[in-house]
Amino acid sequence: MRKHIALGVAVVTSAALLAACSGGDPAPATTEGSSAGAGDGAGTELVVWSDAERAEAIKNAAADFEEDTGATVTVVQKNFEDLRADFLAQVPTGEGPDITVGAHDWLGEFVESGVVDTIDIGDRAGDFEQVTLDALTYDGQLYALPYAQESVALIQNVGLVGSEPPATWDEMIQMATDAGFAERPFVLYTNGAEGDMYTSYAFQTSFGAPVFVQDESGSYTSEVGLGGDAGLAYAQWIHANGSAGTGYFTDTVDYDIGNELFATGQSPFIVQGPWTIPTYQDAGIEVAVSPVPSAGGQTASPFVGVQGFYLSAQSSNALLANEFLVNYMATDEAQQALYDADPRIPALTSVAEQVSDDPVIAGFLASAQNGVPMPNIPEMGAVWEFWNPAQIALINGEDPTSVWTSMVTNIEGAIGG
Amino acid sequence: MSVGLQRVEPAPSPAPPESHARGWTAPGWGFVVKLLLMMVVNAAGVLAILSAWNAGAWVILGVLVALLVAADWVYFSRRALPLKYLFPGLVFLAAFQMFTLVYTGYVAFTNYGTGHLGSMQQAVDAALIQDEQRAEGSPTYPLAVLREGDTLGFAINDEGVVRVGTAEEPLEAVGGAVVDADGAVTQVPGWEVVPRAQLFSDAALQERVVALRVPVSDDATEGSIRTREGATGAVYTSTLEWDPAARTITDTETGAVYSPDDRGSFVSADGDRLAAGWYVNVGFENFARAFTDDRYAGPLLRVAAWTFAFAILTVLTSFGLGLLFALVYNDPRVRGRKVLRTIFILPYAFPAFMSALLWRGMLNAEFGVVNDWFFLGANISWLTDPWLAKLAILWVNLWLSYPYWFLVTTGALQGLPGDVMEAARVDGAGRWRQFRSITLPLLLVATAPLAIASFAFNFNNFTIIYMLTDGGPAFPGASVPLGATDILISAIYQISGVSGGRADYGLASALSIIVFVVIGIVSAVAFRRTRKLEEI
Repeated sequence: MRKHIALGVAVVTSAALLAACSGGDPAPATTEGSSAGAGDGAGTELVVWSDAERAEAIKNAAADFEEDTGATVTVVQKNFEDLRADFLAQVPTGEGPDITVGAHDWLGEFVESGVVDTIDIGDRAGDFEQVTLDALTYDGQLYALPYAQESVALIQNVGLVGSEPPATWDEMIQMATDAGFAERPFVLYTNGAEGDMYTSYAFQTSFGAPVFVQDESGSYTSEVGLGGDAGLAYAQWIHANGSAGTGYFTDTVDYDIGNELFATGQSPFIVQGPWTIPTYQDAGIEVAVSPVPSAGGQTASPFVGVQGFYLSAQSSNALLANEFLVNYMATDEAQQALYDADPRIPALTSVAEQVSDDPVIAGFLASAQNGVPMPNIPEMGAVWEFWNPAQIALINGEDPTSVWTSMVTNIEGAIGG
Repeated sequence: MSVGLQRVEPAPSPAPPESHARGWTAPGWGFVVKLLLMMVVNAAGVLAILSAWNAGAWVILGVLVALLVAADWVYFSRRALPLKYLFPGLVFLAAFQMFTLVYTGYVAFTNYGTGHLGSMQQAVDAALIQDEQRAEGSPTYPLAVLREGDTLGFAINDEGVVRVGTAEEPLEAVGGAVVDADGAVTQVPGWEVVPRAQLFSDAALQERVVALRVPVSDDATEGSIRTREGATGAVYTSTLEWDPAARTITDTETGAVYSPDDRGSFVSADGDRLAAGWYVNVGFENFARAFTDDRYAGPLLRVAAWTFAFAILTVLTSFGLGLLFALVYNDPRVRGRKVLRTIFILPYAFPAFMSALLWRGMLNAEFGVVNDWFFLGANISWLTDPWLAKLAILWVNLWLSYPYWFLVTTGALQGLPGDVMEAARVDGAGRWRQFRSITLPLLLVATAPLAIASFAFNFNNFTIIYMLTDGGPAFPGASVPLGATDILISAIYQISGVSGGRADYGLASALSIIVFVVIGIVSAVAFRRTRKLEEI
């Protein structure tokens, strides 16, 4: 009997505790009067959500801010993938942060859901790389402070094909064939059998087929630009290099296999992002990085992904949050610290140029300067679901005309409906 | 009528011995222990209630109070003996089962999802935020926040001229103001300049400053000064106006009036819609969409067929293989049975998603070891051919789940009565006959409910599908992004946009409830049928 009661009580206790946890944050941490601080911002707390890589750099930048204003900055660490859904779910309930780290392609969804506030960096706009501001602009308003940009680029194995970058696709194939890699001159990452149009988008734009038509200001409209002759030419090009043609493209290359093919010298060229470079360098490969070569004659523009700090629309510390972002995170030191924590190309031009002493970074920067921001409109979600499988179908030798036209129809249907 | 019948009063039963947890008589420490434990419970409960109070979560608060009162009553009352045992379980049931069920049911009748996440007031906030733009060519002015009594104002330094205004009074140049070397306004006659440190420390003041708009002139279209961080200001213009009484938003430039519609959006007479909305009750619409939208109907039917095939085949194959091994390794002649059995259940001990990822690599057509080792390096596309992908899913799931059945049937076999077997042997039954007529029926009595549970589990086995094929290969040309190995639950994940893009949690909840009902019906029918097994 006693045992049962004890057990029962333990259960009730934990149930009560659990209920307490689900009942929302226990009393907001009010750190009372630390009279030592210069400014008496004690009691106000700024909550910043960040992923693991950036948390430390943000805390360091926050140290100065805390000293100057007396406010506390609490950095909450989350998985980068979780930030988006959590921010969307929590801001309307009032449990969200004041600021979150995020990718620019979340913006459309954030705006539609009304969870982000605009920011104004005023005259500082000139200090940032234009593409990073474009990416975080929606309907003419800037919604986040950019801190990093990234794009894929052509990476080549200097030991196998030298360091001279090829200007066109044909030139690249020729270089690889001369070096004895006729069977797999180039590694196309397709995320295994799921397809990955993100990485190979530069080839598509070199045919003149953007995913969405851009208006004169550079903002994306929801008009699909994939169709027409240009899109079809690209589809035929994939088909001609898939199993029905040269066989350069396969549906078997996932992230690890692609990296291994390149890192073990089984193929001299790959298109990948800066995040793969350490893998290759650890394997002892000397790499050269350059913009993606054109396959269709026009400039090959990869997607540029931009990361920034979003400000919650429901923040009750908007003034502090703006002060923190514009006057503490938009500085050279803070952006340099973010770069040191996780080497992505900084959004501040001065810092970007500074880190471009490194030829690898310079190569990625050159590629990004050719690039276009990945669309930040919510319609993009529907595009991937049809776009990626189409790549696999083409690689597996299905008829390019029917695959591509039905893909365009389906995307238009999904967006319209 | 009731001549000889009289109610017989039961003899008064002897008073039950007093529980340790109640008695004051020696030793009495049982009651002390209970008291201490209940003090902990009450302390935790009061803490939880206070924090719910602070967070303003009134429903949670009410539930917590009710639970705490109930807990105290149950454990200190004489009359609630059965409840003393049941109460913790009931709390768990309410917190983890009923709440999720009810909440899913609630969401299924709303349009909660991208664009409809918050309240109407939040949608209004968002619309006003998104509409307010910095006036083209507006410079950034050094700005100071002013206070006089309860009135707040701004002072800006417009190239040497200090202008002061409040929410009602447009900007006006003032004399006698002091400006420091950086251009910041430090003194204004008749006003107190609020130090920034004070701004940062006073949350209420902060909100008022951020909300303050000082008109540039009497002409409203010229915009107003606002500050974002309290030290600089710029001219902003906005065209939308919120009328809380009429609950409409008016565009002062075009004259369009946006009023709330029954779908949780602000819509103008021309049908223009403001981006942000709020969530509303939409009745049975989410349920109807699953059946009436012809884009879904065809692919969902194929997905449903494969879901049944997948769940049934998985149970049959893994049960069969597990039973086979159990029979073989139950034979006393096998040496080292314990070691072998332990090794057999290893796949069961690995996390399923890890195993699925490993298998995904091993089944890779070009680089996978399966093709290299067993198929002479042929490029068999295990994961991209619709039928082979189905086979691969079944195979990997068999590998993952036969150890479970091995374990269960081994236990059941060891519990079978030996005398029945012996009687059968004496009667001259062969081995096959013994198995078919005695072992298997007896085994099924014990394992059929588990088989039904396993069916229900695999019906919603999202992990293996997501990790191994992610539903692929895609149906060629289908108008919804579904594939040959998608089961209902992964299809829901895809079409409701929860996987990315425009999420529609209402639709996802409605479809989940439909799946729940299907599983419920199938399980109920199956359980009914298993009762027949027990009649043997």
